[in-house]
Amino acid sequence: MKTRKLSSTLPHMLLSLGLVSVISAALLGGMYLITKEPIARIERESRIEAIRKVAPDFDNDPQAEAMKIPTASGDTCTLYPAMLGGRFNGAAVSCRSMDGFAGEITVMAGFNADGSVRDYEVLSHAETPGLGSKMQLWFRDPKGARSVIGKNPATTSFYVTKDKGAGGQIDGITAATISSRAFLGALREAFSAYTEYKDSKGF
Amino acid sequence: MKKLRKKLKIVWEGILPSNPVLVLLLGMCATLGTTSSALGGLLMGISTGLVLICSNSVVSLIKSLVPDKVRIPVFIVVIATFVSVLQLAVNAWMPALNASLGLFIPLIVVNCILLGRAEAYASRHSLADSALDGLGSGIGFTLALTILGGMRELLGAGSIFGMRIYPEDYAMLLFVLAPGAFIALGYLIAIVNRINR
Repeated sequence: MKTRKLSSTLPHMLLSLGLVSVISAALLGGMYLITKEPIARIERESRIEAIRKVAPDFDNDPQAEAMKIPTASGDTCTLYPAMLGGRFNGAAVSCRSMDGFAGEITVMAGFNADGSVRDYEVLSHAETPGLGSKMQLWFRDPKGARSVIGKNPATTSFYVTKDKGAGGQIDGITAATISSRAFLGALREAFSAYTEYKDSKGF
Repeated sequence: MKKLRKKLKIVWEGILPSNPVLVLLLGMCATLGTTSSALGGLLMGISTGLVLICSNSVVSLIKSLVPDKVRIPVFIVVIATFVSVLQLAVNAWMPALNASLGLFIPLIVVNCILLGRAEAYASRHSLADSALDGLGSGIGFTLALTILGGMRELLGAGSIFGMRIYPEDYAMLLFVLAPGAFIALGYLIAIVNRINR
């Protein structure tokens, strides 16, 4: 099929490319406005779901009372306090580690009021599939010293057992020690943010 | 009847004789990156196919209004717009799908299959033919990615679509990683070449 085309003169090119860009921009702008509200709502809901999963029972709005706490490594953790009947019941803390095998790992950890880990959730990571990516399940596996659930970072050393200098007491993932170290590092930061918050509030 | 056969041939062309991945060898980056599981391949294939049909149709519609020298930028703007709209829509109204697909959607922009089909087919054929070509190439791409993903998941993780076939301890992790992608793709291309000969 033979079609007649606009010749490639400057005005034609400007007009054609300009028009297509303007229409695309209008489309995108419209779409952005329509979807802005639902996207924000979904983000809020998925965050509250993660908090509900890891944190102890609460009847407050942890997201409204969230606090940003700077950590020793110069990063910031976000702490979501869990209050039940006006009493402090623990918290969910989301922290980042940049030391993963493939960069950033974000973990949300839930702590009971006594400081023990209640549960955790790996929010985002880019670790090797089949090795480092196992961390979502590995560190809750009751086998050996893998699990961190129920352990208190104040009394248990949250380092991999390989790190004898630090007296590590958690079994790292087989063949993924770097990912394991990064994960435990994020948990340690979460715990220090948690104790800092607790001390500052006097709970 | 003859006309229908001709239309079907346009679709079939994209599925096997000139399959975008296995014969034209386009879109390798997205292919190798998303096929570590069968489901990943399937989802990537479907979303690329959707954008391909839309972009092919629009490119065909505006082909006589686009001067030759700026056609590539115009096509890219069209493709990028569709991908962004799709991403926003999935984000807003299909959160469950977004959890598994969200990562892949921006990758569609860099997929040269879209530009390739716009340039090689849609810019010189009618609207209906271009949409059908998009459909055919989309199906071809989806099939190739799903089969490749299935192979890699079966050999590398011992499951297909998340269903366990044999214990993971016996699986060859290599196939889930990048080198396995190249090996599996090579065998798949060889098979398709044999069929097409």
